[in-house]
Amino acid sequence: MPFPANVPLHPSQLQTTEANGKQKFAKINNHHHNSTRNHITDSDRTFKPAQNPENTITKLMDTSPQSPPTKKRKMATDTIAAAAPAAIEDQQEHQFPLPTILTHPSATPPILITQGAEGRLYKTTFFSPNIPCALKYRPPKPYRHPILDARLTKARLAFEAKVLERCRREGVPVPAVYAQNAAAGWIAVEWIEGAPVRVKINEWLGQRPRNEEEEKEADAKEKGPLVELMKRIGAAIAGLHRTGVVHGDLTTSNMMLRPPAKSTTDQGKETNGVNGVGSEEAQEKAKLLEGDVVIIDFGLANQSQSDEDRATDLYVLERAFASTHPRAENLFEHLLESYKQTFGKKGVSVLHKLEDVRMRGRKRSMIG
Amino acid sequence: MALETLQIEHVPSDHHVYAALFRHVQNVDFLQAQLIGKNPEFEYAFIDASVLISRTHLFAAIFRALNTLTEGTLQTPNVHSDIVIGLSPTNNISESYRRYGLTPSKTRDVLVIKIVYPKLSCENSTISSSEQQQTPESIWQHLTAHIQGTPTPLTDEELAKSTDWAKVRKYYKLNGVPGVERIDKVDEAGRRREMEGLVVSGIALRGL
Ligand SMILES: Nc1ncnc2c1ncn2[C@@H]1O[C@H](COP(=O)(O)OP(=O)(O)OP(=O)(O)O)[C@@H](O)[C@H]1O
Ligand SMILES: [Mg+2]
Repeated sequence: MPFPANVPLHPSQLQTTEANGKQKFAKINNHHHNSTRNHITDSDRTFKPAQNPENTITKLMDTSPQSPPTKKRKMATDTIAAAAPAAIEDQQEHQFPLPTILTHPSATPPILITQGAEGRLYKTTFFSPNIPCALKYRPPKPYRHPILDARLTKARLAFEAKVLERCRREGVPVPAVYAQNAAAGWIAVEWIEGAPVRVKINEWLGQRPRNEEEEKEADAKEKGPLVELMKRIGAAIAGLHRTGVVHGDLTTSNMMLRPPAKSTTDQGKETNGVNGVGSEEAQEKAKLLEGDVVIIDFGLANQSQSDEDRATDLYVLERAFASTHPRAENLFEHLLESYKQTFGKKGVSVLHKLEDVRMRGRKRSMIG
Repeated sequence: MALETLQIEHVPSDHHVYAALFRHVQNVDFLQAQLIGKNPEFEYAFIDASVLISRTHLFAAIFRALNTLTEGTLQTPNVHSDIVIGLSPTNNISESYRRYGLTPSKTRDVLVIKIVYPKLSCENSTISSSEQQQTPESIWQHLTAHIQGTPTPLTDEELAKSTDWAKVRKYYKLNGVPGVERIDKVDEAGRRREMEGLVVSGIALRGL
């Protein structure tokens, strides 16, 4: 199904081919060691105060989300200044000026989650104090021509927003778009509870025996929950590709694992256990990997139905996965198998193409 | 019952948003005539409540209009009419007025929004001085004096009572959408939540 006719040029079409080629190359070779990202902490959902100055401020202010918004609504900067003169110094040292949109009042102050090469991601609330949201802000790049920069940023964010909406309509699990001002450099999307898949997998692996012998001995049952997760990831990617979108930056950081909503049926699940695992500890562990896979970060997404582009998406993830989760590398085949199962015939030819792409990747790394 | 002051996240603190819901409004034709006659005393957003599914839905349109106001890119003569067309996922302005605004002899329940904000003198509005003095009390007084209807609390429950889902599905192109259809028919709440997400996205993305 094609995009509506009024879709403007994709940002990549605004760039010179050379620049674009370079960007892609750099992405493929570097992203798995996150050289351009500055994730606050590996367990970036815990908001450890020591590592997050903004959070310290939150603490000092003691703003509980339940407090009546009318009383607490203030300019974020005002509040900070009033509450903690020391903290504002801290903030100026470690932090960046907020985008204008976030200087307007909200029930709780925005929290900086990540600062990447391209932009920043804030956790804040939208519409109402009880609706958490992720606000992505791409500040102007001082080294780029201002008019070109503004045009690129706008086109990119607009495209990202459109891809999200399209996926959502097609039933691919992605955040809903709440609001955007692409010209001002931001989009606000639904906040996905849980944690990045990367964090969850590492947490899960961390609880397993580290000894290589034991690792090998671990039977299929024990790895069951991770295998199941790999299959859900494969199915989610197949769903994405089916809508005619390739992601462009598939990593386990760009997928969230959203724990199942607490409901009365959880009680039953608990007693039955997952995969019939007996001990309480094993049940807890199995639960760690439960939930829906939600794909995020469509900043480098593209419209494509080609096997080549789809295979490249999988290859990027395969490489990233191997370096982020070396101990689970051998489980990647389950992801691919499920991708194929979900995608049918087309999946078969994408996987075929993946072999070519791998080969070229190997050659390139031998030369480079 | 009184006017509600809406607290919408990330709206400039000098922009005040007031709202009220009236049921069984008897004089929709009169209200519509004031809008058409550009009566400066009736600078309100009048919305047909049957197209609204929730407060969040409403907030999305208000947020959008306030954003265009502060950016100086209003698409209609004022922020109030921009709220009405702000509900639309399409760019057809006159159709948006028809769908989301008042329709004499059809509209029953009316949602009113009033925005009060510091107007710059260069905006050259004839009502700018009286506007400055508007208070929730004076607005409420004016509304109750001119709207023949039953003031009703603006809650999600009340809004849900009058939602015309057939219209909502049509206007926001939600019929046969896989993202909704894949949710079990029994899970009506889940389907509605998903539709709300798509409605809000539709509002946010118009014009991109
Ligand atoms: N919708 C969301 N809900 C919850 N957390 C999110 C959401 N979006 C992003 N995050 C968190 O923020 C991190 C960074 O977000 P994202 O990947 O979108 O930004 P980025 O990598 O800086 O973007 P880009 O590659 O476009 O510059 C994610 O890894 C995740 O932890
Ligand atoms: Mg990312």
